[in-house]
Amino acid sequence: MGPAEASGNLVSLDGISVWLSGHEVLRDVSFSVRPGEFTGLIGSNGAGKTTILRVILGLQEPTAGRVLVKGKAGARHNRSVGYVPQKVLIDPDLPLRARDVVGLGLDGHRFGLSTSSGVRRRRIEEMLGAVDAAGFADSRMGNLSGGEQQRVLIAHALIGQPELLLLDEPLANLDIASGHEIVELMRRVATEHHVAVLLSAHDMNPLLPAMERVVYVAAGRAASGTVDEVVRSEVLSELYGHPVTVLRVEGRILVVAGSHDQTEILASAPHWLERT
Amino acid sequence: MNGLSANVVFEAGFFSSSPVHVALVAGGMVAVMSGVVGVFTVVRGQSFAGHAFSDMDTTGGSAAFLLGVGTLWGFLAVAVAAAGAMELLGVERRRGRDVATGVVLGAALGVAALLLFWDTTVSSTTGATTTILFGSLFTISGATVPATVAFSLAILAAASVSYRPLLFSSLSAEMARVRGVPVRLVGAGFLLMLALAVALSAITVGAILSTALLIGPAATALRLTRRPAAAMGAAAGIGLLGVWSGILVAYDSAQWPGHHGWPASFCVVAVIFVLYLVADLQGWTRAKRTATGQDRMARGG
Ligand SMILES: Nc1ncnc2c1ncn2[C@@H]1O[C@H](COP(=O)(O)OP(=O)(O)O)[C@@H](O)[C@H]1O
Ligand SMILES: [Mg+2]
Repeated sequence: MGPAEASGNLVSLDGISVWLSGHEVLRDVSFSVRPGEFTGLIGSNGAGKTTILRVILGLQEPTAGRVLVKGKAGARHNRSVGYVPQKVLIDPDLPLRARDVVGLGLDGHRFGLSTSSGVRRRRIEEMLGAVDAAGFADSRMGNLSGGEQQRVLIAHALIGQPELLLLDEPLANLDIASGHEIVELMRRVATEHHVAVLLSAHDMNPLLPAMERVVYVAAGRAASGTVDEVVRSEVLSELYGHPVTVLRVEGRILVVAGSHDQTEILASAPHWLERT
Repeated sequence: MNGLSANVVFEAGFFSSSPVHVALVAGGMVAVMSGVVGVFTVVRGQSFAGHAFSDMDTTGGSAAFLLGVGTLWGFLAVAVAAAGAMELLGVERRRGRDVATGVVLGAALGVAALLLFWDTTVSSTTGATTTILFGSLFTISGATVPATVAFSLAILAAASVSYRPLLFSSLSAEMARVRGVPVRLVGAGFLLMLALAVALSAITVGAILSTALLIGPAATALRLTRRPAAAMGAAAGIGLLGVWSGILVAYDSAQWPGHHGWPASFCVVAVIFVLYLVADLQGWTRAKRTATGQDRMARGG
């Protein structure tokens, strides 16, 4: 039994640094995810969210530090981690129905002729139901809306029965209503399937109802804890390396960097302030 | 003249001619295999590589002609060499892949220009260029048939074994890699399959038109069905229909009143193209109907 397992962590990052083409993309990042927990990975564009997820998946070797998944080093090909990348561009010509995509999550890595058993079909059907995608199970993937595709990809990642689901910006390019639906779905799925969720986003507000913990990333450094612990002016000022102010407006959180004559919204802009 | 009604469709001697048998068997086999490989090619966005292989096959074909070995072996040798070179030069990214293809293609075509020139001047046979570029369905030697069939079956077997990982990495290379698909290896294997498929189809309809046999039926099938296996079956069927009816028209046309017959490769590609137009038109009107009928509610939702 590894130390991480002993401490009850599903994933733990310890002093992770990553250098990419001469730039320090991550610096001394440490945090952990416990089983069944819903964690938001928050940070603006280029902060290092995707790189953190790739380190956990074993797709990116850290320059320094250690990552443990279920007490073992590196999650590469680890069946207990499901992943939906940031941008899955689906060609409208791709002859895959929603149910085919979910099926690929079950046995897409296997060579040999596929056997379409009743058990397999039922599991796919069940999974499509779990993400409310049964209604468009037979539609071609490329013809679905962004929100519908996201559900199917979540079912694809979930059907392998992972203990941890990594979702990279699943709310990007979704309208507010679809974004809320996905968050609500993830919260339900996390509880029902007892799966931990690490979900990256540049705006934390849609996640506030679901998020149990937050990993806040800024310029390659990260702070983690509950929202109340982390999203505070002192903590984020320290993280950004310059003064920032956390404002709470009508139940929303706004992080601004400001001097007297210039104010910049750094993260978590409420939708009515977002540029469209 | 025997049997009036049959004569309308099949000219005398169609079923007893041995070149016709060879053409039907070799051409049919290659059509089925090209349909299956073609669907993967379109889905993986590698039509350009397929086209490049067909151009490069002119190099192999013309070299084989000069050396006096069978054209098929020239095509196959170039296929393996070109796939290897492209894999070595190519990067995993899609853009890098196209650049690598372009570089190798340019070099091969330069050599082809030289060899075709020699073929016609040194050996003073004008037939060489025509055979290499436009195929030789009726002049395939009986000896090449077993090799053609064997290679086609091997490619079909390889495609079915790697069916799921191939589809998976077409959906998303990154997702496939995370689930343990050896994406790079699968990609290299497919490149070789594609190169061999094009070489075999170059034997039947010629190097220039082999892309049509590869991409045409696949593109048509993808308009007709949204299921991967069904698309491959449909592509194989369309390719087979194209090749067989092309052979028939070409054979019959030799007996038609007038001056000259219609070459088989032209007829094959013409049939395939017409089928594509029909499917495209159908898909287009259907799309228009559904678009006006139920204007997709909530774009984002
Ligand atoms: N392959 C790479 N080479 C160099 N820099 C990279 C590479 N990948 C990402 N980066 C840089 O690392 C930083 C973090 O990127 P990323 O993890 O994708 O951020 P996020 O997902 O938060 O938007 C960015 O500044 C980006 O430009
Ligand atoms: Mg990112």
